[in-house]
Amino acid sequence: MRTAAASVDLNTNRTSALIAARGLSKTYAIAGRADVVALKNLDFDVFDGEFVSVIGQSGCGKSTLLKVLAGLLPYTAGSVELNGKPLRGPSPETAVVFQSPVLLPWRTVFDNVLLPIEFRQLPLANYRRTTLDLLQTVGLEDFAQRYPYELSGGMQQRAAIARALVQDPRLLLMDEPFGALDAMTREQMNLELLRIWNQSRKTVIFITHSIAEAIFLSDRVIAMTARPGSIADVITIDLPRPRDLAVINTDRFGRYVAHLRTLLNARGGMF
Amino acid sequence: MTIQTVDVQRLEPSNTPAREARPGLFRRYPQMTISPAILVALLAAWWLASSVLGAPAYVLPPPQEVLQAAIRGLSRAPWDKASYWYHGGITVWEALFGFAIGSALGAILGLALSHWPMLGKSWYPYIVGFQSLPKVALAPLMVVWFGFGLEGKIFITAIITFFPVLVNTMAGYQAVEPERIELARSCNASEWHLLTKIIIPSCLPFLFAGLGVASVLSILGAVVGEFVGASAGLGMLLMQYNQSMEIAPLFAVIVLLAVIGFLMNYVVSLFERRYCFWAQRTTATARP
Repeated sequence: MRTAAASVDLNTNRTSALIAARGLSKTYAIAGRADVVALKNLDFDVFDGEFVSVIGQSGCGKSTLLKVLAGLLPYTAGSVELNGKPLRGPSPETAVVFQSPVLLPWRTVFDNVLLPIEFRQLPLANYRRTTLDLLQTVGLEDFAQRYPYELSGGMQQRAAIARALVQDPRLLLMDEPFGALDAMTREQMNLELLRIWNQSRKTVIFITHSIAEAIFLSDRVIAMTARPGSIADVITIDLPRPRDLAVINTDRFGRYVAHLRTLLNARGGMF
Repeated sequence: MTIQTVDVQRLEPSNTPAREARPGLFRRYPQMTISPAILVALLAAWWLASSVLGAPAYVLPPPQEVLQAAIRGLSRAPWDKASYWYHGGITVWEALFGFAIGSALGAILGLALSHWPMLGKSWYPYIVGFQSLPKVALAPLMVVWFGFGLEGKIFITAIITFFPVLVNTMAGYQAVEPERIELARSCNASEWHLLTKIIIPSCLPFLFAGLGVASVLSILGAVVGEFVGASAGLGMLLMQYNQSMEIAPLFAVIVLLAVIGFLMNYVVSLFERRYCFWAQRTTATARP
């Protein structure tokens, strides 16, 4: 099951890594206290069009990893390349979906989705059509002119996904986007995410602490150890796509769950 | 390609019981029913104390006399110097002008002091020191600096209205959700866009809380400014009536000031409803 970090995915002929991390480390220096090592020596690749989940218990540095990959936090050692170029700050090729939807309450859903275009100072007129199409994709076409407070939690997070997709990024970074939703809504959102991903085939790095969610969504799962965060194992999920909820009840899915649970439990407990 | 979507509804159960008695008129519209009733009761008590129980007119003039004084003052033309419109207009002008200057400076400096922490930290002790000073103590000085004209009143009003707006804007800046800033940064937003599209709108509920306080204080500033020396204005009228022991018109001017203060606050709340309709009224209001 183990995949060497820099190997070539055999299913497709993806040879170039979109993200290539080598010895990636992040240390927080806190005045008057010992340094906190959040990420230690991470080696991994994420290939074009791949859906990769990062799983680990709370405090294992997965959110730090996401912020480093988003260019929001500087790393302290090693290297990360995005599309062959060293990562320095936020890239126009990357979009982030945060834990909370972070919709601006004074903007309609439509204007919220257009926000990245305004920030990037691209011609707004060219993106109105895209925005409407995206709202349709995430099932919010009837809510374009509504305000975020009129939407349920799941709908808000779908708007946030549309906002991330509007800039047509190559890489989508998702930081436990469904963590705050109830279990039913969460399953529904996982299905929707797979459907959207099937259409757009973006490269996705998905942070989660749900084993089932990680397996259900991903091509590969990166399991992290806690404190300092390092890679315990990278598991290739060989389940046929498109997937539906029935896949959860298959033996193979169960074996992946058991394997990941053992792996994560061995490193300090989980759930 | 059409996509079937499942509408994800909120799953929490409704917390209203299945059968709930329709609340009464008073419960539904206390502001339309109980509030006017309180006013009527207060007026009746006033009338009872002055006209029936015979409180001296120089202590508590009967409400009908106060009403007559108000009508006399308000029935004259606005350019008539005995008219309440004339004096009220001057006081409102001073208050509005001072409010505009004070709150604009308060908002701009509040943003600047928050945005550049070095600036904020170095000025903070002086701000706290000046804020703890009773600003009305400066009023006599205004006469020395600006004489009996409007400038001194505008100045003191500006100083008084400055602080609640400053303090609230700074509180608002502190309360901007860090995720909103991260979102902007992840999209390579410029500093200007970060300020205008994220920070300032996020601060608006706090800013309006400050403006609400400042709007009421602005009348106070103008009146205090007029107390220490003025040739016109409702504050000056108050002093005149006080010296000549004309208590009924004195009461009329007090009521007029209350109405003006109420209206100023109401106008601010109208703007707030227009521009902060999205804000839940849970934001803390830092008062000076």
